[in-house]
Amino acid sequence: MMPILPVILWTDALVFALLGCVAAFVWLTVSREHLRAPWRKVARSTSGMVAATVLACFVAVGLLDCLHYRKALLPEPGKAEQRWSPEVLSALDALAAPLRQRQERTFSAPFAVHGHSKESITRPDGTMAREYPRLKHGGAHLQDPARERGADIAAGASRGAAAAALAWVMLASLLTGVVAAARGSSFAAVSGAAWRGELDVPLRAVLLTAAVILLVAGPLIVLSGRYHVFGTDKVGQDVLYLTLKSIRTGLVIGTVTTLVMLPFALALGLMAGYFKGWVDDIIQYLYTTLSSIPGVLLIAAAVLMMQVYMDARPETFDSVTRRADFRLLFLCVILGVTSWTGLCRLLRGETLKLRELEFVQAARAFGLGPWRILARHVLPNVLHIVIISTVLGFSSLVLAEAVLSYVGVGVDPAMNSFGTMINAARLELAREPVVWWSLGAAFGCMLLLVLAANLFADAVRDALDPRVRADFLRASPWRQLAARTRPATKASS
Amino acid sequence: MTAPLLEIRDLRTCIAAGDRVIRAVDGISLALNRGETFALLGESGSGKSLTALSVMRLLPDAGRVVGGEVRLEGKDLLALPERAMRDVRGRRIGMIFQEPGASLDPVMTVGDQVREVLDRHLGLRGSAADRRVLELFEAVGIPDPRRRMDEYPFQLSGGLKQRVMIAGALACEPELLIADEPTTALDVTIQAQVLGLLRDLQKRTGMAVLLITHDLGVVAEMAHRVAVMYAGELVETAPRERLFTAPAHPYTRKLFASVPGRHLRDAPLAAIGGQVPALWREFSGCRFVERCDHAFEACSNSQPAILQLEGGQAARCHLHDPRFAGRAARAATTVSAPLAAAREPMVAAPLLEVRDLAVHFPICRGVLKRVVGQVRAVDGLSLDLHAGRTLALVGESGCGKTTAGKAMVRLLEPTRGRVLLRGEDLTALGGAALRTRRRDFQIIFQDPFASLNPRMRLAEIVSEGMLALGVGGDAAARDRRVDELLEQVGLSTDMRHRYPHELSGGQRQRIAIARALAVEPKVIVCDEPTSALDVSVQAQILNLLRELQQRLGVAYLFITHNLSVVEFLAHEVAVMYLGRIVEHGGVGQVLESPRHPYTQALLAAVPRFDGQGERLRLRAEGDLPSPANPPAGCHFHPRCAHAQPTCRESYPSTVNVAPGHSVRCVLTGPAAS
Repeated sequence: MMPILPVILWTDALVFALLGCVAAFVWLTVSREHLRAPWRKVARSTSGMVAATVLACFVAVGLLDCLHYRKALLPEPGKAEQRWSPEVLSALDALAAPLRQRQERTFSAPFAVHGHSKESITRPDGTMAREYPRLKHGGAHLQDPARERGADIAAGASRGAAAAALAWVMLASLLTGVVAAARGSSFAAVSGAAWRGELDVPLRAVLLTAAVILLVAGPLIVLSGRYHVFGTDKVGQDVLYLTLKSIRTGLVIGTVTTLVMLPFALALGLMAGYFKGWVDDIIQYLYTTLSSIPGVLLIAAAVLMMQVYMDARPETFDSVTRRADFRLLFLCVILGVTSWTGLCRLLRGETLKLRELEFVQAARAFGLGPWRILARHVLPNVLHIVIISTVLGFSSLVLAEAVLSYVGVGVDPAMNSFGTMINAARLELAREPVVWWSLGAAFGCMLLLVLAANLFADAVRDALDPRVRADFLRASPWRQLAARTRPATKASS
Repeated sequence: MTAPLLEIRDLRTCIAAGDRVIRAVDGISLALNRGETFALLGESGSGKSLTALSVMRLLPDAGRVVGGEVRLEGKDLLALPERAMRDVRGRRIGMIFQEPGASLDPVMTVGDQVREVLDRHLGLRGSAADRRVLELFEAVGIPDPRRRMDEYPFQLSGGLKQRVMIAGALACEPELLIADEPTTALDVTIQAQVLGLLRDLQKRTGMAVLLITHDLGVVAEMAHRVAVMYAGELVETAPRERLFTAPAHPYTRKLFASVPGRHLRDAPLAAIGGQVPALWREFSGCRFVERCDHAFEACSNSQPAILQLEGGQAARCHLHDPRFAGRAARAATTVSAPLAAAREPMVAAPLLEVRDLAVHFPICRGVLKRVVGQVRAVDGLSLDLHAGRTLALVGESGCGKTTAGKAMVRLLEPTRGRVLLRGEDLTALGGAALRTRRRDFQIIFQDPFASLNPRMRLAEIVSEGMLALGVGGDAAARDRRVDELLEQVGLSTDMRHRYPHELSGGQRQRIAIARALAVEPKVIVCDEPTSALDVSVQAQILNLLRELQQRLGVAYLFITHNLSVVEFLAHEVAVMYLGRIVEHGGVGQVLESPRHPYTQALLAAVPRFDGQGERLRLRAEGDLPSPANPPAGCHFHPRCAHAQPTCRESYPSTVNVAPGHSVRCVLTGPAAS
């Protein structure tokens, strides 16, 4: 085992800090009944839990990609000191090492064994010919690709599916066991109830989703060892690897930006709503002005300035990864600074309403200071808005990153992201035959992520927003009523 | 007897709430004849509004009619297709709602809103429709109807909006008018106008009115027959006179007894203990059994049926069942012992003195926020409050009474004037000095649903004041004090870890009282503490407030618009009109021999059901003027029946008509005598 040097990038640190916040929030929520109740409602929403399952997979990939390290280099002869490779890798890189290392020369289609375009090749007998070259890695083990490929893919897929089935059984028993332990009922009873859909938590739907994910992922994992399942891009990188690496970028943009934005929105929104008067005037002026500057221009200007700064001080960053990471962080900050206005406005309005409510007046009648009132009486009552808009904002931020990178003011070109993938793929759409897989993979993956985030956000909003009471229309109470309709025998006048 | 116009048979309506089904209307049967006013009386949650909405088939999404029939002239409305039902709504059945402000579309002129109905049902357009709107507006007594037609709802006062609603409901001359709490959101003087209008219109058109209300006074004024609803069922049906002279059901009797009034001053009100049972559960006996003084065994074992009594009366009670005659007689009638009449003579030095208090809100216009005027919400208010006594501040909404109360406890900054607590000027205090003084004066708010932080446990809510003001010792001592306070306001100590949403309105108000008492204040400003509560719960709270006063000697400044509450609780009354006190005196002086025409009109407007005596037909016409632009001279002169030329010129000075009884009116002044 080679020694490694753990590396904590800026965004890693923030992601871990965010994880810490979430853990603290969960701990706080579990200990208080009124906070727990809405989340229990989220846990009972089928679409919410299916979305959460999908999101969990994305988050797992993203977190793996946040554990960075540097490999040790072989010591130079005669020198005792340990030297580290300049290349910063992540746990995901280590797991997906075959994907990362098996580069082709240029484009190739998914599952292809030959290149995408004809090249001049010198035959063993010395003659020149233009034909599709065999790929270096994709299907390299096949002797006669034309005949063997189909059977080989099918065999790989079925091996992957078998592994997936095994993994699913383990996951299913684990989850059922957890639920059974939490309710103190037997494993058999819970699994039976889950299968008939009688549990109040949609365990069946979660397990079905997990089954679908595993059935897709298992064969993909097995086959990706032999083929480029999503094809390769212009410089021959495996598109599946690029897609996996892009997930972290999307997640970081979606979450760290929120972390940057929240203090602004919370502090300014609450202050503007509570103090009114000149404080309100200044804050309103600030966010009205800020939101009337075109966001893309502001971000482009900031990012370009930052680029100039970085170019002038190359010695500040010891590796390409660090440099790209700094730019990502800066993008999060600038996105955060430009996107707090919406939430701030919402919070100001809600605080204006709350401050006139009588419980706030009663607190003032006890002589409580404004900060104490804001912390104890106002903040807990606007938290649902914060949570809802944070979860809703996540997906729009992921999309914003794609747009900004496409325009060229997003993340560093060296960093993988959905935006850079789309940007790189856009020209290739004009080729004949068309190169669709790069764009398709980025598009599909981003769609899945954003859709899951949106569905989850809907479930959270339904549970937390007192104005939405979608569960009134659920069929279950009416079924319950039909089950116990009494004969109308009561005497009446 | 001819066939009834509307007949409801065994109507059952359910509401889904979460995963429970609430049987909000559970087997209602009633019949309504032409030209008759039928009142459906009940407290909130009794299902009376849902009955009306079921008839109109306008139930919310979560609601469903699950059984029974509603026949309008023999035709079952519940079986009609939605398309045919739309021809019934507005054309044959008109409906007016509780909140006139919320039931008019704010972006349409009021004329258009009525025209819309005419167009839909009668195909009237153009000048014919205009003529009809004009006619209707005249009929409902809207002054200057031609101008009002083109105005938007925000330009009209509450009373006028309700008149527009009535005009719209009556546009197609429906046979039946459903009035769902038509006057609950209105002031008494406006309520009297609207009720009078409904009576006149009924006389003229012969329509039937289904009046839904919780107000016994309104029932007494309006109804021919009354049905009392409790927990989704009719418990009693009777002609009005019968109901008021010989109520048959224990619930009805309790309801009457729980209305505060002067005759009850020295006894506690007959509050109905407990709460309305949850309607999702199954009932094996009478739904009122847990709160009934007369309950016997059969009441919890078998459901009572409706029994016909003499005189057209019917009641759903085992007491009237001949089978249980023997048992019922033995059921004890508990008579609550009168409270010791603890009336100490007035102490010499007042506890709280308010001198010339004024609160003006600037009206700002334009970009630069220039002050273009002042809303004189409170404009020179002076009063004294003595320890252990209650001063009632009475007036219609918008007269500035709440503003005055808040200014006294420094929740609003007074523009001028002084508030002296034992000689110390509160308005001069600031910062820390004010904070420490705050333990001497507390406030209880109107809406018990808004006054408790939904995210805090009850113990935290009650102890917050002690914590903030640093009283009550350490954590353990505070805990003990919280338990003591909860017991004092009649709640159990194991509720301390509950959240406000688990409590009923009455329980919440008890918590609000406990919170105020926690810091042992000398004065509590009670800002309409019972106006959001049902009458039976109101009785509980009023009893509690009075008992606490007798035990703790705390003084109340009781802000209210409800004169019967004043009669019950107050020692002194100050009547407020447009920011000034127009009459002030002992409760007997002001309520029995009112001298100011406004006080007289206010008293006359209160619907009465107890005495059958002559009612003063003295009405205050029109609406409360805007405090931004009060009428010159005496503010009341545009609405006053006795207005004289001098009234327009200057505000009358204060005249003492008896010891402790002062009036600001030229009629009582030396000039008039």
